Amino acid sequence: MTPATTTALLTAPIALPLATAGAFAASARARISAWAGLTSPAAILGCGIALAVAVTHDGPVTAYGRLLRADALTVWMVLVIGAVALLACAANPAYLAHEQAAGHATDRSAWQYHTLVHTFLAAMAAAVLAANLGLVWVAIEATTIVTAFLVGHRRTRTSVEAAWKYVVICSAGIALAFLGTVLIYYAARQAGVSEASALDWPALIAGADRFDPDVTRLGIALVILGFGAKAGLVPLHAWLPDAHSQAPAPVSALMSGVLLAVSFSVILRYKVIADLALGTGFTRALLTGTALLTLALAAALLLGQRDYKRMLAYSSMEHMSLIALGAAVGTPLAISAVLLHIAGHGLAKTVGFLSSGHLLHLRHTTRIGRVRGLLTHAPGLGAAFGLAVLALLALPPFSLFASELAIARAGFADGMGWAIAVALLLVLAAFAAMSLRTARMVLGPAPVAPGTPAVPVRIGAAASLPLVAGLLACAALGLSTGPLTGLLSTAAAIIGGH
Amino acid sequence: MSESAYTQLLDLAAGLFLLAAVFVLWRRELAAIVRIFALQGVALFTIATLLGVHEERWDLLAVAAGIGVLRAGVLPHLMRRALAASGETHETQPLVNVAASLLTAAALTLLAYAVSRPLVELDPSPAARALPVGLAVVLIGFFTLVTRRRALSQVVGFLLLDNGITAVAFLAASGVPLIVELGVSFDVLLAVLVLQILTTRMRAAFGRTDIDDLRELRD
Repeated sequence: MTPATTTALLTAPIALPLATAGAFAASARARISAWAGLTSPAAILGCGIALAVAVTHDGPVTAYGRLLRADALTVWMVLVIGAVALLACAANPAYLAHEQAAGHATDRSAWQYHTLVHTFLAAMAAAVLAANLGLVWVAIEATTIVTAFLVGHRRTRTSVEAAWKYVVICSAGIALAFLGTVLIYYAARQAGVSEASALDWPALIAGADRFDPDVTRLGIALVILGFGAKAGLVPLHAWLPDAHSQAPAPVSALMSGVLLAVSFSVILRYKVIADLALGTGFTRALLTGTALLTLALAAALLLGQRDYKRMLAYSSMEHMSLIALGAAVGTPLAISAVLLHIAGHGLAKTVGFLSSGHLLHLRHTTRIGRVRGLLTHAPGLGAAFGLAVLALLALPPFSLFASELAIARAGFADGMGWAIAVALLLVLAAFAAMSLRTARMVLGPAPVAPGTPAVPVRIGAAASLPLVAGLLACAALGLSTGPLTGLLSTAAAIIGGH
Repeated sequence: MSESAYTQLLDLAAGLFLLAAVFVLWRRELAAIVRIFALQGVALFTIATLLGVHEERWDLLAVAAGIGVLRAGVLPHLMRRALAASGETHETQPLVNVAASLLTAAALTLLAYAVSRPLVELDPSPAARALPVGLAVVLIGFFTLVTRRRALSQVVGFLLLDNGITAVAFLAASGVPLIVELGVSFDVLLAVLVLQILTTRMRAAFGRTDIDDLRELRD
């Protein structure tokens, strides 16, 4: 592959979404179709596929003097971002049409919405493609700024509240991650890494065994705390249920499906540095503690949950804690399971949030208690929502079944049996809570309101296509990772070194 | 500049930097808090300039100038404007009273010194010895963020936190590479603008900016 092609492939996932955002911003008067928004996720996905081929053949590729870099982990994340964004962006036209019909959105807020969504995609792509950990930080903080307005898009009291909490908690958390980054930079400089490359990930790994352990320990703890805040891990998780429940459905899907995972992938990068400098014990203890606390909190709040969008948000915390637990185990098997889990959760949670958006439009409430007999009232939507929750409960054939099983197996094999056992008990509690709530929403007779004919509601082809595609992709990934197997094992080898 | 003059000036600037954070906890008029924050920006600018002069690095001086403009000029200006628009003058009774806040600040400073011992030991230069001050400001900023109730005071808490981190970055490693510093400053500026817009929306929705009103979303 020529350097020019590599550069183009590494630039396009950031540049094309930015260009799309610019086009929407410029379209304030000359309106462009909402479907044009599909170009940027399609570009991300396309570049991801091409990069996957390049990286499996030739190893990591770089551009702009090592500013951008793609290895197997990057490519995996680019593919997940592309796939989830394609589903979410395909749902945008229907979402906005509905908001406009209901009088919640104007032409102006529609193009603002598109501009922000595509800038958000560009920032996420930059976060996984940048090789410089300082730039990674900048990109992650940029996602906070962009999504703040998306969370507060509807400008209701609750959405303003959610946006405020989101910006304050995430900015403060991510600031701590920057302090951690600075300390790692300090440790690297003192260990003799040159100034120009002391934030460059490959250079940091090459020199990590010489880092001062005390400084590195403090730095890594801050980094996990900070990026953990954006990944929805305790103690800075309080924004997550509010933001995910208040954001427009396609944005919730993006935030929960990929943004959490993108932040966590940064923790995976730092984990490699920490493991080389400190041995694996430190990050393992830190990640296990965080994961179990998050899981316990999510399970407890799922048990009493009365709002279905918040139920999906707490389920995100549940899955992020399983991902953190897998990372704590840290063997190559565990890491490939973690990456598979990231993809499966992204797809399933996207379908879950998108269908919850349609549900909100249909029933005008997010209260679980007020939704009954969905399968009779709106069969397609009920089936999609039900199947998405089944996928999130990790039932086969969906890929979360395979990945949870693999995380558990890897944990038992590597002497983490007690933590896995505790986690399984908590997952069981979450399982019971979610399946009971969902069964009550989906099954049973349809509500009989006076004056409404008992005809099943259809949501239309445009709205149901992303839901079907997401469920099929999640199931396909559960049956076989197919051509992605090589990529997955290479990525696991990069991160799961021991 | 002689070595001892450099050390003394650096310690003086670091002392002012910490003192400004403590004063923010002490005062309750929002306008005074903004003034003190601007003063802290000047102290930060001084620290960065001293380091630049001492190491004879022009790029560092340029970064220092940028930091001065942003943190002593632009950000306080934005906050003053927000303050004028809001018509609010005082912090309502904070969750923790002033005396307890000041004691907490003292405790946090001691904690910062304890935590940063390994950082100082790694490279005991005059700059690194002043580093715990930056960490203390980070902790005080966090404390302000969680105990104050006006939206503007929370923004100041967040910015104290950020100033502290920038100070640590300078004192520990003479600042991070330029491109990262630019990105960080840009992000901070945007975050403050976002918070300002949200404050306006909050006022439109709730009539005031008391964070206590934000409690409709909970489990």
